[in-house]
Amino acid sequence: MADAFDKLYTYITEYEFVQNALIVGVLIALCSSLLGVTLVLKRFSFIGDGLSHVAFGAMTIAAVLKLTNDMPLILAITMISAVLLLRTGKNAKIKGDAAVAMISVSALAIGYLLMNIFSSSSNLSGDVCTTLFGSTSILTLSSTEVWLCIGLSAVVIAVFVLFYNKVFSVTFDEDFARATGVKASLYNLILAVVIAVIIVLAMNLVGSLLISALVIFPALSAMRVFKSFKSVTICSGVLSVFCALLGICIAIVYGTPVGSTIVAVDMGAFAIFTITGKFVGRSAK
Amino acid sequence: MALLTCRDLCLGYEGKEILHGLNFSVEQGDYLCIVGENGSGKSTLMKTILGLVPSLSGDIEFGDGLVKGKIGYLPQQTDVQRDFPASVREIVLSGCASRMGLRPFYSKADKQLARENIEKMGLTELSKRCYRELSGGQQQRVLLARALCATEKALLLDEPVSGLDPHATEHMYELVKKLNKQDGITIIMISHDLEAALEYSTKVLHIGKNIFFGSKQEYLDRLDKTGFVSGKGGESNG
Ligand SMILES: Nc1ncnc2c1ncn2[C@@H]1O[C@H](COP(=O)(O)OP(=O)(O)O)[C@@H](O)[C@H]1O
Ligand SMILES: [Mg+2]
Repeated sequence: MADAFDKLYTYITEYEFVQNALIVGVLIALCSSLLGVTLVLKRFSFIGDGLSHVAFGAMTIAAVLKLTNDMPLILAITMISAVLLLRTGKNAKIKGDAAVAMISVSALAIGYLLMNIFSSSSNLSGDVCTTLFGSTSILTLSSTEVWLCIGLSAVVIAVFVLFYNKVFSVTFDEDFARATGVKASLYNLILAVVIAVIIVLAMNLVGSLLISALVIFPALSAMRVFKSFKSVTICSGVLSVFCALLGICIAIVYGTPVGSTIVAVDMGAFAIFTITGKFVGRSAK
Repeated sequence: MALLTCRDLCLGYEGKEILHGLNFSVEQGDYLCIVGENGSGKSTLMKTILGLVPSLSGDIEFGDGLVKGKIGYLPQQTDVQRDFPASVREIVLSGCASRMGLRPFYSKADKQLARENIEKMGLTELSKRCYRELSGGQQQRVLLARALCATEKALLLDEPVSGLDPHATEHMYELVKKLNKQDGITIIMISHDLEAALEYSTKVLHIGKNIFFGSKQEYLDRLDKTGFVSGKGGESNG
């Protein structure tokens, strides 16, 4: 155990890529968990999954077009999908969850198809696997990527704090909010854009398949124990950051894949919170 | 000038008509009850007044100081709200969201207003409690307090007593009556409980195959003479 700590200490103090991974990991975990509370409550738990598949599809399009900087294209396509999905709402012909599932599988299929037809890489399934599970890309971040991540995260957190009260009222009861003159569609639009940004960011950390976990686990865990929106949001953010840090450290020391390790830690936290919630609930009665 | 006037209003969703030829007006201080069978379009009418659903044709006119967006609304309960982690205070405060405009946080005045309405609804002891752990009657009072934060003039209540036990129902009716009498707030309430509707209201709007609008007395006379109301209403009268 002491060995492991020594190893970790050396890695963190001496290797820049480890520091980068920790910074980016913490920021992404924080951003995704903040929005996660709203998404879970709006019954949009799977939007992370769907959008990340869209981002994957966009990535393959960028690859086919041989774009060197694929970020703007991926962001744009993901944002448009997010807006369309969140807009569908209650009165849509295709319900929210079905719409997400439909877009998700379509994007995945098209992406894989494009990769298959146009890719010149010899290790195709390896490439796909990397994109889906994120494997090691968080350990190979360039300093531009790190700064981009810091900048976008700062924007996301600022938007969330500034619109926190409105997000609450729109999430709790959209009809009431609209009836009393709150511009619900504007806030839904802002939410959609922010979510798209987070998804594209998070793909670097855990890969597209595991983003849902990062979005929903901390929120669900927090809801087991806490009872007000504010405490759930704060707990969810703190928990997510903690799990991400722990996950990355374990991954570095034991050489496990970063994304899967973080999700495993999140699962553990969820189990602990569920048991705590039962206990607290019983003693309260 | 009337607070709210609907002229030749036609309701529906996406071009499909549910109801047409609605004409009625509500004055300051009125207590209007909207009755009618399930699915006759009562909730739709309310949503149309609030601008949540566009009307197919006709006019809705606000006057006498009432503006769109300054109306308190108590919706029919939805499933989403039932397991939502939120404290009573957070929910009541959210009634002030529209008053904020571009301000990102609640002001002292907003918080004061929320506190007053929590007290008015007898929820002070519960204000830190979690909404989903309250009884049905308490939950409805929380939503009523929230609606009060959004208005000074008019409340639209969509079946505020459905699912409540007799005691909570009575309490709810008393609270609404007090708001109407003491605070002079105009009440527009949907109810499928005709008896209670007739006890508390001053005006009645019956929608369905036959549309009726008039004072409570006119409605009662009409009921006696013709048994004009079909279904539930007719039975409870007979
Ligand atoms: N979002 C909607 N889209 C299409 N039709 C709807 C929608 N909501 C309600 N309806 C239909 O409109 C009619 C009136 O509904 P509603 O206003 O809820 O009735 P009430 O509140 O009087 O019971 C019903 O036939 C219902 O099926
Ligand atoms: Mg209804």
